[in-house]
Amino acid sequence: MDRTWNNKAWFMVLPVLLLVAFSAVIPLMTVVNYSVQDTFGNNQFFWAGTEWFEEMLTSDRFWLAMGRNLIFSGIVLAIEVPLGIFIALNMPKRGWGVPVCLVLMALPLLIPWNVVGTIWQVFGRVDIGLLGYVLNELGVDYNYVSDPFAAWVTVIVMDVWHWTSLVVLLCYAGLVSIPDAYYQAAKIDGASRWAVFRYIQLPKMNRVLLIAVLLRFMDSFMIYTEPFVVTGGGPGNSTTFLSIDLVKMAIGQFDLGPAAAMSIIYFLIVLLMSWVFYTVMTNYDAER
Amino acid sequence: MARIQLDHIRHAYGASPASEADYALKEVDHTFEDGGAYALLGPSGCGKTTLLNIISGLLRASEGRLLFDGTDVTDLSTQERNIAQVFQFPVVYDTMTVSDNLAFPLRNRGVPEAEVDRKVREIVEMIGLGDWAQKKARGLTADQKQKISLGRGLVRSDVNAILFDEPLTVIDPHMKWELRTQLKQLHRRFAHTMVYVTHDQTEALTFADKVVVMFDGQIVQIGTPDELFERPSHTFVGYFIGSPGMNLLPVTLDGRTAHLGGQRIELPGAARGGKGQIELGVRPEYVRLGRDGMPVTISKVEDIGRHRIVRASLEGREIAAIVGEDETIPADPHVSFDPAGINLYAGSWRIDLDGKGA
Repeated sequence: MDRTWNNKAWFMVLPVLLLVAFSAVIPLMTVVNYSVQDTFGNNQFFWAGTEWFEEMLTSDRFWLAMGRNLIFSGIVLAIEVPLGIFIALNMPKRGWGVPVCLVLMALPLLIPWNVVGTIWQVFGRVDIGLLGYVLNELGVDYNYVSDPFAAWVTVIVMDVWHWTSLVVLLCYAGLVSIPDAYYQAAKIDGASRWAVFRYIQLPKMNRVLLIAVLLRFMDSFMIYTEPFVVTGGGPGNSTTFLSIDLVKMAIGQFDLGPAAAMSIIYFLIVLLMSWVFYTVMTNYDAER
Repeated sequence: MARIQLDHIRHAYGASPASEADYALKEVDHTFEDGGAYALLGPSGCGKTTLLNIISGLLRASEGRLLFDGTDVTDLSTQERNIAQVFQFPVVYDTMTVSDNLAFPLRNRGVPEAEVDRKVREIVEMIGLGDWAQKKARGLTADQKQKISLGRGLVRSDVNAILFDEPLTVIDPHMKWELRTQLKQLHRRFAHTMVYVTHDQTEALTFADKVVVMFDGQIVQIGTPDELFERPSHTFVGYFIGSPGMNLLPVTLDGRTAHLGGQRIELPGAARGGKGQIELGVRPEYVRLGRDGMPVTISKVEDIGRHRIVRASLEGREIAAIVGEDETIPADPHVSFDPAGINLYAGSWRIDLDGKGA
C-alpha cells in the first residue's frame, strides 16, 4: 500500500487532544494517582499499590451501594421505557396539540437537578408538602425521612417524573418519522392495533430506544443530586447509591485513596455496562 | 373482484366547502367495470390520489356514494372493503421475512395456517421472489419491496380491487418496464379490477385498457390510449398526452375554413356548436413540414434519436412538428396540417366537425 503520510495533520487534532487532556485525561490521572497512594495531608504520599482496590472490592459497603444502584436503575428503566413508549404512542401527531405536548414534556428536562430534588423534598414533606400531607391525611403512612420504602418510592417517582420525558421525546421522534403509507398499508392488510405497534412502530423506534435505554441507564447509575437533596442517602443507608457513597467517602471522611479506587472501579463498571448494552442491542438490530 | 361505481362523488379537505374551488375532487360519476385495467392519469394535485383513497376507504368522500357490485360500501372501513393498495413508496414490514410479509394480511384475517402457507408459496413464486422467501424484507431493493407490496394484495384471492398509487416512482428505469410487464401478465391471469394512478403517460398508456385523464379535480376524458391521442376531448388532454403535446392555435371560424391571422386552414368539416374561445388543435405528428402551406420560421431543431422535433413560429405562435430522421428541412419552410389530425376546441372542450366521426 502506497500511502502518503502527512504529519502536519497532527497539528489539526492537537487542540482537541489538549482539550480532552485537560477536561478528562488529566483529572482521571490524578484519581489514578490517589488510588495507588496513601496520604495524610501535608502533601505527603506513601505508595499503597493495589491495597485500596482490594479493600473496595471486598467491602460490604461498596457492594451494598452497588446493589442498591443496580436495583434502582432496573426499576427506573422498567418504568420509564414502557411508560415513555406508551405516552409517545398517545401523543397527537398533528394539530395544535403537538407543540403543547412537546413543551409540557420538555419542562421537567429543563429543570436543574438540585431544583428537582428540592421540589420533591418539599412536595413530600409530611408537615408542609402537598403530597406528604395529603397522603398522611388519607391514612397512608408515608414519611420518606424515616421509612426506607417511602424514601425509595419518592426517589423513583421523582426520577420517573424527571426523565420519562426524555424517553417520550426520543420515541416520539421515531414515531413521527413513519410515513402515513405504513399505517394505510396496515389498515388494508387488516392489521390489529397490536400488530401495528409490533411490526411498524416498534421497529422504527428501535434505534432511538437503544439511545434512550443507554442514556437512562448511564444517568440512573450515576445518579447523585436528586436523591442527595431529598433523602441525603437515608434513612440509614437505604438510598445511598454509588455516587452518594463516593462523595461521603471522599469529602465526608476524607478517605481519598479508597474513594479514588472506588471512582475507577465505578467508571469501569459504567463503561463496561454501556458497552454490553450497546453491543447486545446493535447485534440484535443487525440480525433482524 | 368487483365493479366499482362512483356515484356523484365529491370531496373537499376543508370542513365546509363554500365554492367549487374548495373541492379537491369535483363531481365524479363513473364506473370501473369488473376486471378492467384502468389508469388515472393527471398532473400532481389533480385529485387522482384523493379519488383512489376514496375507493380504498382511507378517505371518506364528502358527498356521494361508492358501490362495489351494487352494494353500498361508502360507510365501510378499509378492511371491510377488502381491497389491496400499492403505495408510491414501498411499504414492507422490515422485521419480517418475505414470506411473513405476504402471510401478514391472511394471518390478520384468521386464515388457517395450512392455507396461508399454500397461498404464500404460490404468490412468492409468482412475483419472482422464491429465492428470497426466508430472507428479511429490509435487505431488498426498491423494486423487490414493491413486488412484496403487490404480493400482499394478490394473496387474498377474494380481493375486490387492486389499487396502485404511482407504484413505480422510486423504481429504476430498467426495472419499471419489467414490473409493468409483470403487472400486465398478472392482470390477464387473475382479471382483478385494477386502478393505477400515475402522472406518467407512458405508464398509463401501456398499462391500461382505459385511461381516465383527470385535471383540476375532475375527469376530463375516459378512453383508450388511441382515443386520447387522436381525439383529445379537452385541450388539457391534448397538451398532457403526447411528447411534445398538441399544438393549440387560436382561430376564428368561417364555415369549413379556420382563420389564423392571415392564414386559412381548410377543415375536414364544418364546426357544430360550442361556446368560448375557438382553438385548433393538431398534434406535432400531423404537422407536415415542406415547401407548401403556411410559412414558418424555425427556431430550434431537437434531435431525439428516432425523429426530430422542429420548433417553429407560425403567425407569432409557437408550433412543434415531428420530422423523420432522414427527411430534409427545407430552407424556406412551410407547414400544412393533415386533415385527419385536426381537432377543434371551444372553451377548451372539443367540438364535433361535420363529416368526421365524433
